[in-house]
Amino acid sequence: MRRHISLYGLTFSLPLLIWQLLFFVFPLFFLIALSFWTVRNFRMEPGFDTVNWVTMYGRPIFWQAYGTTLALAAAAAVLTSALAFPCAYAIAFKLSPAVQRWAVFLMVIPFFTSYLVRVYSWQVFLSDAGIINVMLGWLGLGPFRLLNTVGATMIGYLTLSLPLVILLQLFSLIFVDRTLIEAAHNMRCGRLRTVFAVVIPSARVGLVIAALFSFILCFGDFVSPIYLGGGDPTTLSILITDTTKSGQQWPRAAVIALTMIATLLVIAFLSVRFAYKGREK
Amino acid sequence: MNPENELNRSPLIDGALKLYVLLAYLFVFAPILASFVFSFNSDRFPSIPLGHFSTEWYRAVASDPLVWDGLRNTLLIGAVVGIVSTALGFGAAYTDYRYRFFGKQVYLALALLPPTIPVVIMGLAMLAYLSRINLSGNALSVIIAHVVICSPFAMAVIRLRLSQMDPSLEPAAWNLGASEWAAMRHVIIPFTRPAILGALFITMAVSFDEFAIAWFVSGLNETLPVKVLGFLQGQVSPRINAIGTFVFITSMTLVILAQLLLSGRGPATDKE
Repeated sequence: MRRHISLYGLTFSLPLLIWQLLFFVFPLFFLIALSFWTVRNFRMEPGFDTVNWVTMYGRPIFWQAYGTTLALAAAAAVLTSALAFPCAYAIAFKLSPAVQRWAVFLMVIPFFTSYLVRVYSWQVFLSDAGIINVMLGWLGLGPFRLLNTVGATMIGYLTLSLPLVILLQLFSLIFVDRTLIEAAHNMRCGRLRTVFAVVIPSARVGLVIAALFSFILCFGDFVSPIYLGGGDPTTLSILITDTTKSGQQWPRAAVIALTMIATLLVIAFLSVRFAYKGREK
Repeated sequence: MNPENELNRSPLIDGALKLYVLLAYLFVFAPILASFVFSFNSDRFPSIPLGHFSTEWYRAVASDPLVWDGLRNTLLIGAVVGIVSTALGFGAAYTDYRYRFFGKQVYLALALLPPTIPVVIMGLAMLAYLSRINLSGNALSVIIAHVVICSPFAMAVIRLRLSQMDPSLEPAAWNLGASEWAAMRHVIIPFTRPAILGALFITMAVSFDEFAIAWFVSGLNETLPVKVLGFLQGQVSPRINAIGTFVFITSMTLVILAQLLLSGRGPATDKE
């Protein structure tokens, strides 16, 4: 052990450590201190005052936003997982390796496409005179109000997290032991039953982690709720951006951010525990 | 061809599943394709039927000095972020590959976790902290924040390459009399060079697209994606499509370059 503490080793290991401590850990811990600061005459004053916590937690709008955000992100995680699964399943088990590679390559593309541009594009689809309503009009239907609805927010959330969830599910499904599936088939286990009794339990860790990532992404996203959902109902991330950008109420924004981090930690802990729990579902 | 047992196969269900895959991809690519198509559409309000082919939105974007400012900032920031995060990521990947030490789990968590923190929280934390130490509101603050979220990507890419290396190569160099530094220069770096370049391009691409943290900390030195966020708040503008298509082509070029480099030598077997 002792000989590892050499100039050579430190040259490679220290820079990242220092950078992430200075600019990742400290900023996050700084939020804790900041949440106890006060704002007087538009100037922040260091101190220890619980006023921001009391103010924010005393506001019904905060708890409304909290409930909304939690519900929306949970719904998005469930919906994304449910919609992604048949797709990942089909890619993993029904496509030839060559097509599979293409499928993976194509699913990587959205990560390098601006999310903002994709959200703007959905506005074009969903607006009152947008593509979908025009097409419905040809059938003599509509126009329907599609934009500025919870459904539109959900489409944005799907746009954000579906590619990642499909890829994560796919990687966990590919590693499912095929002999188990064959064994199930040989025992005359039906198709659906094989999926629920063999495939899903074997891939559970990956499936839960995928859903968790979807939850985290949607929980923190402010673009879809604003530009597709119309900002109503308000989510915590909208509250943070509003509180930060209007005036100097950063301490209050810090309260929201810390509440979000605490929530995410609890959810992540519970999901990982559930993922690795014994065989029983 | 198909690895599955003949027993549970029904062409109908298989066909339905394949159709479903197609629909899922259609959903994912619909906004990307629409943005591409409408960027060349003459009508101001994007709808169907389409107007005629036109490059006027590209010309409008190209003649906007603010866009050029944004592009300059984006490119400059992306280049610096790419180099710094690749260097940091390389160090972390090599540390993980070579050393075992107390607290390694914490070290790896620091090296890999940042992208999982929601960007609004990172943005706020960065803004508050950097303005406290007088580093906010300029390109440097965006660089600092982007390196935090980009270096994990570099670390992952380079670590994967190192795991494909014969673990006896480096000790062999030492036995032949090479110092640690010489072995690094003549063995490790040449072997990981494709991954280093790949990481460079991937981290640049990530930085090009990032808007939320940059929006919090950039002040007046907005990057192109932050400009797009501004356009989004304003009226409907096909300029977003033109910028989006441009950014897409830039990012994809970088990613494909990275992919070619990464798959250039040896099969990319994913061993942990």
